[in-house]
Amino acid sequence: MDETLLRALTPAVIGVLVHRGADFAAAEDAMQDALVEALRVWPGNPPRDPKGWLVAVAWRKFVDAARAGTSRRRREVLVEGQPSPVPGAAADDTLQLYFLCAHPSLTPASAVALTLRAVGGLTTRQIAQAYLVPEATMAQRISRAKRTVAGVRFNQPGDVATVLRVLYLVFNEGYSGDVDLAAEAIRLTRQVAAMTNHEEVAGLLALMLLHHARRPARTRSDGSLVPLAEQDRSLWDTRMIAEGVDVLQAALNRDRLGEFQAQAAIAALHADAQTAEETDWVQIVEWYDELVRLTGSPVARLNRAVAVGEADGPRAGLAALAELDPALPRYNAVAAYLHERDGDPVTAARLYAGAARLASSVAERDYLTRQAARLNAQHIQLGP
Amino acid sequence: MAKYLLLKHYRGAPAPVNDVPMDQWTPDEVAAHVQYMQDFADRLEGTGEFVDGQALSPEGTFVRYDGDGRPPVTDGPFAETKDLIAGWMVIDVESYERAVELAGELSAAPGAGGKPIHEWLEVRPFLAAPPTITE
Repeated sequence: MDETLLRALTPAVIGVLVHRGADFAAAEDAMQDALVEALRVWPGNPPRDPKGWLVAVAWRKFVDAARAGTSRRRREVLVEGQPSPVPGAAADDTLQLYFLCAHPSLTPASAVALTLRAVGGLTTRQIAQAYLVPEATMAQRISRAKRTVAGVRFNQPGDVATVLRVLYLVFNEGYSGDVDLAAEAIRLTRQVAAMTNHEEVAGLLALMLLHHARRPARTRSDGSLVPLAEQDRSLWDTRMIAEGVDVLQAALNRDRLGEFQAQAAIAALHADAQTAEETDWVQIVEWYDELVRLTGSPVARLNRAVAVGEADGPRAGLAALAELDPALPRYNAVAAYLHERDGDPVTAARLYAGAARLASSVAERDYLTRQAARLNAQHIQLGP
Repeated sequence: MAKYLLLKHYRGAPAPVNDVPMDQWTPDEVAAHVQYMQDFADRLEGTGEFVDGQALSPEGTFVRYDGDGRPPVTDGPFAETKDLIAGWMVIDVESYERAVELAGELSAAPGAGGKPIHEWLEVRPFLAAPPTITE
């Protein structure tokens, strides 16, 4: 049983049902019923046309549900008025489904949950596990999201930027449980990229591929972080990096720069270096300048200060840092790093310890604590 | 979304405004208080923000390793101001502001005279944010 195929077909099938007049929530429920049926029937009797099979079964489930409900008359109108499927309309329907799941009326968390369920085809249990919340809680989050978009007309054009933001949120959740959300986000972004010709969709896909390719080197088996400079680059997935670079290059050639393309360009420059010393920091600073220009993001400015420190030396990095708000997340960690490189381990140790107290994850806190401990131990050895 | 722990203390927090010990409330007032907590949890499950909630007994002991076979047990390091946790609720919300808003609502649970007890609740973020992908 190919679960990936089933999940990939989900948005197209829901799209067809909605196109025929089913409302979104009912179409999504019918699709879930059809998936259960497929898991039962397909192993013994695989269909020749999986999508056609799913559409037929899901539509039957939808009609059954409508018949069982109170809206009998409405259902009869629907079934009689059922338009024949329009050739070539399926891809457009799927894209509309993405827009609907990322609708601005939804909170980011609801948009993520609905996207994973309706276009990702994940079960509520899988989504709940990935987000470490009870299944009942996630079920409510999804049904509230469905109610919120119930009145939204399906053919309203959506905003690609909103869809990309939701997919990026999914990607950044990383992974836990039996679903790898980063891989799922890449799969979904590939779908959107195949349906649209938008350079920022390509930019996001490239960014995800370039980051994902380095994931095997990013943590040790005990879960602790490995900083970029210390990563074993032989663990990087070179095929995925090559694909990310190709996708990015095609997007950049269209000369419509956006923040995802700029971030992907920075990731590509890191991925391109055979050793940490070979990293082209001068070009990375230039891309951070673009990113700051495009977004004005304080986090981009902070990252730029790190890059300036590598390109022009720690003093220049500290000067760039001095222009920023010390309350920024990770400000202390960056300051600590630059002070150590500038030959001031005492200040660096103090700042690392301060950064550890403000860390937002266990892995990050432990990493920063070890940095502080390492410098303090050196200082004691060198001391009087 | 980020997870927060709302901690309810038996002792150790500043005194609540409506500071009448629970054993001096009327049974109806106790029932109303319990119902408020239950309704609050149910409502958060409905909004997709509930993760977990438990009440804890006030009985607690401190234990540490102290050589083979003889872990010492004390009634705590704080001789007078024991800070015992009465219970917790874990929520998963969009923002810190939302966590504070919900803690405020929880603190408004009714006590003696049916009036809100205005107890102090501690709001603690989980160290569970995903690591940033920007290295």
